[in-house]
Amino acid sequence: MSEYIIDAIKTGVVETLEMTAFSSILAYIVGLPLGILLYATAKGRVLANRPVNFLLGLVVNVSRSLPFLILLVLIIPFTRLVTGTSIGTTASIVPLTVGAIPIVARMVESSLSEVSPGIIEAAASMGASPIYIIIHFVLPEATPSLFLGAAINVATILGYSAMAGVIGGGGLGALALQYGYYRYQEDVLWTTVTILILMVMFIQAGGNLISKKSRK
Amino acid sequence: MAEVFTLSHVSKTYKNDGKEFEALKDISLDIKEGEIFGVIGMSGAGKSTLVRTLNRLEEVSAGSVSFYGQDLAALKPAEIRKVRRQIAMIFQSFNLVGQRSVISNVMQPLRIAGVPHGKRKEKALGMLRVVGLEEKKNEFPSRLSGGQRQRVAIARALAADPRVLLCDEATSALDPKITGEILELLKEINRKTKLTIIIITHEMSVVERICDRVAIIDNGNLAEVGEVNEIFRNPKSEAARKLVFPSNPFDPTSSDSRLIRIVFDGLAASKPFIAELVEKTGRKVNILSANTKSVGGIGYGQMVLELPENKEDQEIIVNFFREGGLSIQEISTVTETSAGDHKRLNNDSEKGETQ
Repeated sequence: MSEYIIDAIKTGVVETLEMTAFSSILAYIVGLPLGILLYATAKGRVLANRPVNFLLGLVVNVSRSLPFLILLVLIIPFTRLVTGTSIGTTASIVPLTVGAIPIVARMVESSLSEVSPGIIEAAASMGASPIYIIIHFVLPEATPSLFLGAAINVATILGYSAMAGVIGGGGLGALALQYGYYRYQEDVLWTTVTILILMVMFIQAGGNLISKKSRK
Repeated sequence: MAEVFTLSHVSKTYKNDGKEFEALKDISLDIKEGEIFGVIGMSGAGKSTLVRTLNRLEEVSAGSVSFYGQDLAALKPAEIRKVRRQIAMIFQSFNLVGQRSVISNVMQPLRIAGVPHGKRKEKALGMLRVVGLEEKKNEFPSRLSGGQRQRVAIARALAADPRVLLCDEATSALDPKITGEILELLKEINRKTKLTIIIITHEMSVVERICDRVAIIDNGNLAEVGEVNEIFRNPKSEAARKLVFPSNPFDPTSSDSRLIRIVFDGLAASKPFIAELVEKTGRKVNILSANTKSVGGIGYGQMVLELPENKEDQEIIVNFFREGGLSIQEISTVTETSAGDHKRLNNDSEKGETQ
């Protein structure tokens, strides 16, 4: 591999990490509260509210069932509005975040649902308000599961970030596509793929470790 | 004594897939300040639903529940939350927050009540001392045994000085020895602080051990309520008999013979009744079962006797016991499967008529 390619791979790694990190953080900023709402408004939960739950569920399901590649293209006008451009690393963060929000929300909801109803009943019997119950009983109790879910989500976002290469996003995905696929440089293809695999494994192992450490 | 809870005509109906299920049917009773009140029944009898109407974790379908004269149904959400701080609860599965340390669990109700942080810790430590787990304060619940977890749950429940403690099958997940220790702890707390305690259980031994009064719930109905001693000596309802009578199978040797249960308290227990019976009347009985137990701190003995087939002999024997001041109940020998046409015999119908 030429030095040029090696440099490109180095840049690609940094860009991929950037995209994944920023998109993950942004997706959690929106997805975590959304997941909590999905959980809390469901039937029999502390803030049970059928219309709100139905509406949120609908939005999440529709956006989640949209193939990411299609979403990438569909929201180009929005991406341009937010970042001023539709190509490059920064621009990729927008569709990545939007695509990840519903995934994060469902994962959070499922983690919270694992909390034993008995604990919630105990909290209610102490006179805790619904918000208090969520903050001081449900969230702490779900922490290990939330970390596990986060590892899966971040790995998914990393995978999506590679797809962003198709519409001019940066990162390892773009590299693999441009050099490895279009120009038949198999060494580049396999190098980038190997790096991506290692990154996913690293993220998953890190998430498992944090989850295990946090489980009391 | 003031009434802590007054239930009047409480009913609860669940609707499930269009089908209605009556969990509680027209229940009226009072729970008095400072007493240990038992609620006993088979699983599915409605006792857990009943206890949850006391802090409005379950809304009643009809009737009313009042706490110190205040109708719970009339309270707004914020008001009921305030009332719940005075009605602590412990559970069969302990329901501690596993991700929080013991001390942090115990501090939780104090935090809800708005107690400042420094005081919270002090109070929580004091509560852990009461339940004997001060040295475990920084452990997590997963490292504790079942009995220890329930002790932490008791400390947590009592941390914010509630006026009542509800125990929902609190000892059902524990072995007999630990159950005894937990009950002893509850009794001691009741004695020292006059805390009103309401105990939900399916085990008569729990009621006998620490309750002052008991309500027997059978299929959503209040079958009987009264002093535990009195119900043990003289159970009036079928449900009470099932709980009180020894559970060994009775096998009368002949279909004409008659089974009775006699109960004698600690004082009479020193008298050799059976020996005297034989001596004075010349009639013999067959002892099918006999045991002694402590009910509310008083020792009681009970025996199940098979009387001879001769009706006249039976009368003489029953009269002998009655004159000796023992309580006597007839025991139906019909198997439970035919509960519908149960042969119901009681104290007053000596002649053994069937209903």
